[in-house]
Amino acid sequence: MPGLAAALNEGWHNSKYMIAIIDYGMGNKHSVYNALKYIAVDSIITRDAGEISRAERIILPGVGAFGAAMENLRQFGLEDILHEEVIVKGKPFLGICLGMQLLAETGTEKGLFKGLGWIAGDVVKLQPAGTGFKLPHVGWNDIELVRDVGLFKGLKKEKAFYYVHSYAMRPADENDLVATGNYGVDFTAAVLKNNIFATQFHPEKSQKNGLTVLENFVDWRV
Amino acid sequence: MLKKRIIPALLLKDGRMVKGKNFSQFRDVGNPVTAARVYNAQKADELVFLDICPTRESRQVVCHIIEEAACECFMPLTVGGGISSCEDIKDFLDIGADKVAINSAAVRNPELIREGAEMFGDQCIVVSVDYKTRSDGTRRVYIDSGKTEVDLDPWEHIQRCTALGAGEIMLTSIDHEGMMQGYDMDFIAMVSGMIDVPLIANGGAGRLEDFKQVLAETRASAVAASSIFHFTDQSPIKTRFFLSNNGVNVRV
Repeated sequence: MPGLAAALNEGWHNSKYMIAIIDYGMGNKHSVYNALKYIAVDSIITRDAGEISRAERIILPGVGAFGAAMENLRQFGLEDILHEEVIVKGKPFLGICLGMQLLAETGTEKGLFKGLGWIAGDVVKLQPAGTGFKLPHVGWNDIELVRDVGLFKGLKKEKAFYYVHSYAMRPADENDLVATGNYGVDFTAAVLKNNIFATQFHPEKSQKNGLTVLENFVDWRV
Repeated sequence: MLKKRIIPALLLKDGRMVKGKNFSQFRDVGNPVTAARVYNAQKADELVFLDICPTRESRQVVCHIIEEAACECFMPLTVGGGISSCEDIKDFLDIGADKVAINSAAVRNPELIREGAEMFGDQCIVVSVDYKTRSDGTRRVYIDSGKTEVDLDPWEHIQRCTALGAGEIMLTSIDHEGMMQGYDMDFIAMVSGMIDVPLIANGGAGRLEDFKQVLAETRASAVAASSIFHFTDQSPIKTRFFLSNNGVNVRV
């Protein structure tokens, strides 16, 4: 039945993915894909403007260095695409780890770099007070909610998440800060501004708590 | 505060999970993907998969195991065994591993540590250091799953690896491994007190007290173990309750 095959094919190409996971050559995007699949959410790993435009929501994952990441975003034309989808169209957006740090105006990892600038502030190296604080900050650490937002509903009493980072964002506007962590120094664990949500921790690696945050993001009505 | 981590180590041979004593006398202890699922349900903090007989064929099997585990285990996954190039690292990261453990290549080609750290970030480069202590008290590094002795002191090796960009050190005393009589406390205490990156202490846990001793008395960031989880009725869940009740900061 060529007609049916063609129709299915057509449907496939036009299908609207719930979530576009931005592929810009930084870090483990498959973990995010796997976690979304586990909670039965369709997603696609992509850097294609059309596919990103068809998605309802956008996730910017990432592990690696700030400067290299921004260079990749620009090289793939993603800075403009993301601006259009997130800032102009206002799609719900989740940045994870480096994908959060890139939202700042500047990054200071291995040089001074301009970020996406969606959240006023900069990204600086963690400077724990006292000894015994090894960097990177790797492992499970609790978050403290600054504001009780829906994106954190349903967490276990122990709000532990998995982190791997040496740098953290410093939002200039304290209204953007929704959760903090502590590692010899308080640091930004999550920010929220309009349709933009971002976490320093890895929800896709944080077992039940992490899946809960991803579910909340999927259900989030901006 | 950052919590201490409990990391089940899964040793792989020909696609099966095995466990031995002092890196020999391996026994089959089951299907690694099934085990990973169980550890996930028991809230392990991370998992380490180590292929102890890496070959071209086993690489595919290990990749398959990691892919399957990554679909259901939402925690950091480390994989090691025969990693000798940045392509090897990329292959594992691409299929869902978060970190790689480098052992023999860290001795034969230490530059791989620097290249890997620059290309993928130091957070995903774990250097796995195996050693034995000689009768005169000096220590020697071993590679090739404990089969080859190297004329190299493990502390010297660790310092070089961290200088090159290793993000974590996993330290295994072959003499203690599989014996279930406790960790090599002195050396773990010394190394963890000196290095700036997290140390994963491995080899020797037989009782929950052994975990407590390492985590309470040294600056190790994590304990890795396998025999205790395979051959006793202890689990990561029981471990964390015991540790928590004994004042160690772990996830509960």
